[in-house]
Amino acid sequence: MNDCMPHSAPEPIFEQPWHAQAFALTVHLNESGRFTWPQWVERFSATLARHGISKDLNGGDDYFTAWLETLEAILAEAGTAAPEEVESTRQDWEKAYLETPHGDPVRLGGG
Amino acid sequence: MPHDHSDHPHALLPPDPALRVKALETILTRKGLIDPAALDEIIDTYQNKIGPQNGARVLARAWCDPAFKEALLADADPVLAQLGYYGRQGEHMVVVENTPQQHNMVVCTLCSCYPWPLLGIPPGWYKSDAYRARAVREPRAVLADFGVSLPEGTRVRVWDSTAEVRYLVLPMRPDGTDGFSEDQLAELVTRDSMVGTGLAKTPEGTT
Repeated sequence: MNDCMPHSAPEPIFEQPWHAQAFALTVHLNESGRFTWPQWVERFSATLARHGISKDLNGGDDYFTAWLETLEAILAEAGTAAPEEVESTRQDWEKAYLETPHGDPVRLGGG
Repeated sequence: MPHDHSDHPHALLPPDPALRVKALETILTRKGLIDPAALDEIIDTYQNKIGPQNGARVLARAWCDPAFKEALLADADPVLAQLGYYGRQGEHMVVVENTPQQHNMVVCTLCSCYPWPLLGIPPGWYKSDAYRARAVREPRAVLADFGVSLPEGTRVRVWDSTAEVRYLVLPMRPDGTDGFSEDQLAELVTRDSMVGTGLAKTPEGTT
């Protein structure tokens, strides 16, 4: 029977909130003229192909991991968001989460 | 000490990629390159407003209106634009018609190009390596996985979407739907039937 077919279970539009955020960020940057969609697809396809060599990618986390890596690379090359800046801002966010009492909104200090 | 879930001392730490996305958002917002409200709007649009119901309405109309169908198959973009469906990424839409002779199936072998304005965000399986690789190599086996078996005389044609061209399948109108309204017909047009990994539903009570 069809019980394990991939299409039989209802699926959320985005499996994880960060998938939606990475998607929206990319669409927004495209629509504001940072890159064309064919340029995006070319880079993203190359990342997927590279990741797909060592494992069979699922269409969820694997897919958006490749998506995010592509976006980071494009923004790093354009000088828009350097890797060191991304890493230090990521650490700021991590610290903010760890220091914010449970239930309170998480904000970057001194941002 | 046992971990007490009712008393988290701090906010739950999101996974690493989520923090990296937040970092990009923060940096781009500080530089004035993005508008956080626009991000929310995009997510809301794709999560709540755009979905397979859009494509279903268009194709149900094609079943009812021969002139509309002819125009849609000949050049979909202007027809869809009139209905308010246009590709935000500048892509072209092409509608391919299923017939007793030919079943159409859509894939994007490179990544996951998909007719967003008509179907929304693609499901996980459409983005998986398994589907992307197998759809071209063994479409009938993929169709069988989806529970679709075609008559022997029906050939399968696979269309590979790109950044520029996105395909939508016009499934065959099910038997037993004479006199159905467009709304009733739209209920029968499933997402999978528009990707070609399914057929339109048959009306209840028939087989």
